Amino acid sequence: MDSVVQLQRQLVDYTVQLFNEGFLDDQFNQLQQLQDESNPDFVVEVVTLFFEDSERLLDELAKALEQQSVDYTKIDAHVHQLKGSSSSIGAQRVQKVCIGFRNFCEERNIEGCQKCLHQVKREYSLVKTKLETLFKEGQFPGQCDEVKNIAEDHSQRQLNGILDM
Amino acid sequence: MVIPVTCYTYSSTAASISYKSKGHKRHGTLLLPPRAPLKGNRQFFLTPINYKLDMGSSSIASNRWMFEKMDGFDLSPNSDNGEEEEEEEEEEGVHVLAVDDSLADRKVIERLLKISSCKVTAVDSGWRALKLLGLLDNEEDKSSSSSSASSSSSAGFDVLKVDLIMTDYCMPGMTGYELLKKIKESTTFREIPVVIMSSENVMARIDRCLEEGAEDFIVKPVKLSDVKRIREYMASREVRSLQNQEERSRSSINKRKLQESFGLSLSSSPPSISSYQSRSPSLTPSPPSLFSSSPPCSPSSLDSPTRRLK
Repeated sequence: MDSVVQLQRQLVDYTVQLFNEGFLDDQFNQLQQLQDESNPDFVVEVVTLFFEDSERLLDELAKALEQQSVDYTKIDAHVHQLKGSSSSIGAQRVQKVCIGFRNFCEERNIEGCQKCLHQVKREYSLVKTKLETLFKEGQFPGQCDEVKNIAEDHSQRQLNGILDM
Repeated sequence: MVIPVTCYTYSSTAASISYKSKGHKRHGTLLLPPRAPLKGNRQFFLTPINYKLDMGSSSIASNRWMFEKMDGFDLSPNSDNGEEEEEEEEEEGVHVLAVDDSLADRKVIERLLKISSCKVTAVDSGWRALKLLGLLDNEEDKSSSSSSASSSSSAGFDVLKVDLIMTDYCMPGMTGYELLKKIKESTTFREIPVVIMSSENVMARIDRCLEEGAEDFIVKPVKLSDVKRIREYMASREVRSLQNQEERSRSSINKRKLQESFGLSLSSSPPSISSYQSRSPSLTPSPPSLFSSSPPCSPSSLDSPTRRLK
């Protein structure tokens, strides 16, 4: 019984960490609230859609920026979509990069755009890994080293407020 | 024959399908093959009676694969295969048409609405929304039965009856604003409240939508509190419309009293715009009378001197 509680604690600690580091924002909470026994996989499903959408958009962006004559309107449209879907699941850091990205589009600044693409790819990759860890941990508790490490760091933390998430 | 259906997956091995055939509602349970991938947005099934059901974008789980036969599909009418389904039957509850080109957003809004006891049909474009409403063939003014008979787009089932439309603003092809305009231009559907959703909190855009007749404007990402507010508005709208009906059948004295009380709420600048500008997206609700929908019974109240009840 203790080990179950401990595993839950680890998961909670890990999730809180993601919030603290800005990877996730309140919208992710909103999604979790929409999940229940009748829709036990809701969050995973929505996030999976986000992953697919993002990968497609990142591909399109890369292609668009490689063109001889860059179509900033098209790039802006893609970034807008990416910004929208990242905000829908609470992927805050991805969303923030998109905002800067759109400014560079407006300025028709190719270097700025390329830099942002690089940044957004990185942020996307980070949040994807972390979410996948979170989901895997939820399904197979106790097997993710990353989660265990976070939990050990925070082993002194009080639980009550956190478990109320 | 292709029939649009609503499908809810309630576990990774089963889905519940609802559709209408010849005016009858039917429910069925479908067993999904193992390891069904959850992506994409179209899914085809062959039913035991050879109806090809096109779930379109109102389905949740989907990919482009075909069944040769469906195990466990029960076509008995009104069989309820899951308590997880929405509580209301079609006759009660609010039926919302949600329009958004993003699949993730559609999934979220669909869940938000269902959890708020609404029935949902989600589509991916304004064009498809108009098609479902029967507005695409320039036959707006025909009655629903004749348009479903004559229009091939309705595929032999009733044109959708909705109580509320929620649409994204930025969509390829037809924007939410354009969809709004088309709906307000239609004599059949102009009374249906339309809510615009947008990730951009741009005042000019909000104003434009409201001026065109939008009921509300939600800044994305959409939250449960937003949907609750809309739900309360719909509930109070229904109450008010019932009240209006009662009032109208009463004597002229009562009618005058009603005019006075509406004169109060319709005073000064158009309430829609002024109440919007003062509202930030995270603000909650002013009482559900978001825009006191102009009472059909007393147009003259606008001209009468406003008498405020202190």
